[in-house]
Amino acid sequence: MKYFLQRLAFYAFTAWAAITLNFLIPRMVPGDPVQSLITKYQGQLSSQAIDSLYVLFGLDRDMSVGEEYVKYWQQLFRGDLGLSFTFFPTPVSEIISDSLPWTLWLVGITTVISFAIGTGLGVLAGWRRGSWTDGLLPVTTFLSSVPYFWLGIIAIYLFTGPDSFLPSSGGADIGLEPAWDQWFVPSAIQHGLLPALTILVSSVSGWILSMRNMMVTVSSEDYITVAHAKGLSDRRVALGYAARNALLPNVSGFALSLGFIVGGTLLVEIVFSYPGVGFQLFQALGAQDYPLMQGVFLVITISVLIANLLADVAYLLLDPRTRKEG
Amino acid sequence: MSSISTVGAVAVVPAAKARRQRFRFVANKKAAAGLIILGIYVLLAIVGPWIAPYDPGARGDQLVQPPSAEHWMGTTHLGQDVFSQLLAGTRSVVFVGFFAGIVATVLSVLIGVTAGYVGGKTDEGLSALSNVFLVIPALPLIIIITSALSSAEDWLIALVIGLTSWSWNARVLRAQTLSLRRRDFVEAARATGERTWRVIVFELLPNLTAVIASGFVGTVIFAVLSEITLAFIGVTSNTTWNWGTILFWAQGQQALAQNAWWWFVPAGLAIAVLGTALSLINFGIDEFVSPRLRSAGKTKVKTTSGQTVRMRIGFTPVIRKEVSK
Amino acid sequence: MSRKPVLEIRGLNVDYGLGDQAVHAIRDVTLTLHRGEVLGLAGESGSGKSTLAYGTTRLLPPPGVITGGEVIYHPSAGEPYDVLGLTDRQLRAFRWAETAIVFQGAMNSLNPVHKISTQLTDVLRAHDPRMGEKQRTERAREMLTLVGIAPDRMDAYPHQLSGGMRQRVMIGMALILQPQVVIMDEPTTALDVVMQRQILGQLIELRERLGFSVVFITHDLSLLVEFSDRIAIMYGGRIVEEAPAAAIYRDALHPYSRGLLGSFPALRGPRRELTGIPGSPPDLKGMPSGCSFHPRCPKAFDPCAGRIPVLAPGGDGRTVACWLHEEAR
Repeated sequence: MKYFLQRLAFYAFTAWAAITLNFLIPRMVPGDPVQSLITKYQGQLSSQAIDSLYVLFGLDRDMSVGEEYVKYWQQLFRGDLGLSFTFFPTPVSEIISDSLPWTLWLVGITTVISFAIGTGLGVLAGWRRGSWTDGLLPVTTFLSSVPYFWLGIIAIYLFTGPDSFLPSSGGADIGLEPAWDQWFVPSAIQHGLLPALTILVSSVSGWILSMRNMMVTVSSEDYITVAHAKGLSDRRVALGYAARNALLPNVSGFALSLGFIVGGTLLVEIVFSYPGVGFQLFQALGAQDYPLMQGVFLVITISVLIANLLADVAYLLLDPRTRKEG
Repeated sequence: MSSISTVGAVAVVPAAKARRQRFRFVANKKAAAGLIILGIYVLLAIVGPWIAPYDPGARGDQLVQPPSAEHWMGTTHLGQDVFSQLLAGTRSVVFVGFFAGIVATVLSVLIGVTAGYVGGKTDEGLSALSNVFLVIPALPLIIIITSALSSAEDWLIALVIGLTSWSWNARVLRAQTLSLRRRDFVEAARATGERTWRVIVFELLPNLTAVIASGFVGTVIFAVLSEITLAFIGVTSNTTWNWGTILFWAQGQQALAQNAWWWFVPAGLAIAVLGTALSLINFGIDEFVSPRLRSAGKTKVKTTSGQTVRMRIGFTPVIRKEVSK
Repeated sequence: MSRKPVLEIRGLNVDYGLGDQAVHAIRDVTLTLHRGEVLGLAGESGSGKSTLAYGTTRLLPPPGVITGGEVIYHPSAGEPYDVLGLTDRQLRAFRWAETAIVFQGAMNSLNPVHKISTQLTDVLRAHDPRMGEKQRTERAREMLTLVGIAPDRMDAYPHQLSGGMRQRVMIGMALILQPQVVIMDEPTTALDVVMQRQILGQLIELRERLGFSVVFITHDLSLLVEFSDRIAIMYGGRIVEEAPAAAIYRDALHPYSRGLLGSFPALRGPRRELTGIPGSPPDLKGMPSGCSFHPRCPKAFDPCAGRIPVLAPGGDGRTVACWLHEEAR
């Protein structure tokens, strides 16, 4: 429990750091682009919306940074992230809450599947060294060096087209409203298949490699020899003793590399025009929509922190040494 | 080429105790292959812009043409030569990769080794700092920062990437330093009143070279991918060429819809091969440091008597001339 | 005392590596363990004593290879058979049920992520699938009580136990299938002297009660003299002397045995001066010619560097491989 609270405190601290960073970065930017956009929409903006943008980007010369910081937090707690310029006058929070579920489903599910498959293959490759699984290694090395988005481009080139079952862009058929019904769900799955496979293929190799190396390291531990000496079945030794212990560093590695993976998957969304937060970030970049960029960064960071926390809980359940005695 | 030989040289240092192991690292097939490929890339980075057959930006009248004798990798929507763009772009990619790698490595050594060696409150503070940078998703952070910059020169991009990607190595170095600090030779140096910086430079760093080198190579991979990604999504200026820029135009000008595979395939392959080369170097370093990981090419061995023996843990093979019953 | 053999090692050879790079770790070792006895195996590190123990049960990690010899096991009922000729399946059934091992370093012998109870019962599950869950737990509790651990520690994880307790758990685990042979590889090196003696004393007492044989491996000859019936001394992958424990202590024939005896303080008996052995154990890659001990031997003479002495009877049921004693025969 103490361990868990420590981690919780750490994530709270990190969240604070990320939000503060988010507060500071726009203040280093010359205010012109934002100022000019605000001027452009002058007539259509409510005074409250202008106020909120002023706080977000530090345009108000009369307010001290300290005051702005306090106001910034107040706005955040109200869920006010400003107005998007691209989709004027939709609030950023609304755009994000529309696109976040897409990303969570796509990235969340594929990352977990990729981890599971990669770990499984890694166990095999580490346990049966010298078998066919060794042939996986060069392939995985190459695949892990390929940028996610390029693999996406190639996938579109190879597998989509007028006659293909797999669509090259979008999250679902146009005209379908997100709902749990017989029209939307199959369409969403159909559209998600290729992006998901792209993420899977490029991220799975990392897990295979790290799990294989952990298996090799753990295999020479004393307790593995003891397990063999006890006459346990090969399966029991491989899974209950070797893999069970090799999994621990892989799970903490999972938590730590989430940040990297999420960065790559966002790019896949861009290539497939998949309506998630990565695609929104891309559109925001093109239109210099700073409020939307900031909002997306914040949401991605918070999501990764929550995922980290979940991975920590998993670790807590897997490693008895972190649990409190008694 | 100087950069390559340093990578090779630093990794060899920890073996200085056993002189005969000196060339083991370079003798490692994976590392050697990786170093050779990297060498070719570095060479192209230097001479690429000069040997490119065309000006990468020059327009021509052959629009979106497949590879031919004239244009080895075809042309773009403006009639530009893809092969020249690829060659010219190598310099920027290699420069950003190495520059960011150096920045991140210096930072990680400073922060990681200090945290591990000094300990106490300093350690807590520095560890918290690197953990924060570790869990904040790096690529979105880099995107946010670079999009806020008014100009996006290569060195500035490299600096941003370097400043945000040191945390993993710092963490690894801290752990290594902690374990080294308890070793006898370091304890002895401390006990004799050696100055802290001398202990770090002469006792610790030589033993950390393999870890530092591997961290450096890892950061270079990350930096190259990040730079290309930034160019691909159009964050950085499109005036200097790199492979990401090529992909940016290919994507923006519907290369896919026009079946113009020559436009986007070469750049991606160039990235993948460079990434593979760097990974190979890192495998070489890993296997050099912990021999257990060497891929077991010799697990199956034919003996002179014609039996095939499989080495495995838990069941020692028995080779006997005649099996007595 | 009955002198029926339970485990016979005949001409065992073990290499590390294959082909030209092979290093000979065990050379032509022949040794017999009799029913109910404690056989001590002593030697410096690198002498091959642990390799011998793991080699007989085929537990040597790569690149270990057994290149010759036989390990004949005599089951309590039925015909003797060669352990090295068993299939993987037969070998799994043989392990722990007939020969159990207590490893050195109890710290790492237990799987850190499983409870003590799981690690005790999974042996039972593997060897007797028909046994019920309840019976298994009952048996595990019995074993813990036997080695002096409160059965309520069943649900503890290894990190929650002290070093001494972990080693007791390992001993309990070794005895859970009532094997005929228990191999103890430096079982107490990580423990303090008081704990060492307490655990060994307990083990000897258990042996008298349950009637198994013990191969006791250590570099500490004084412990062996105290706790074992017979002692074999190893050097450079060979057995150089084998004799009843008392005989070794009173009058070791091989100069190496004498050197080894002089390296440890005896806990009982008259004080002796600690002398130690000059030089260091030989490198397996470059074994000296002839008797591999001759460069360090204070009594080396002409034949030592040239020819390898063979293990031959030296009277009173003892054997020795030394040119000094060749003339006595």
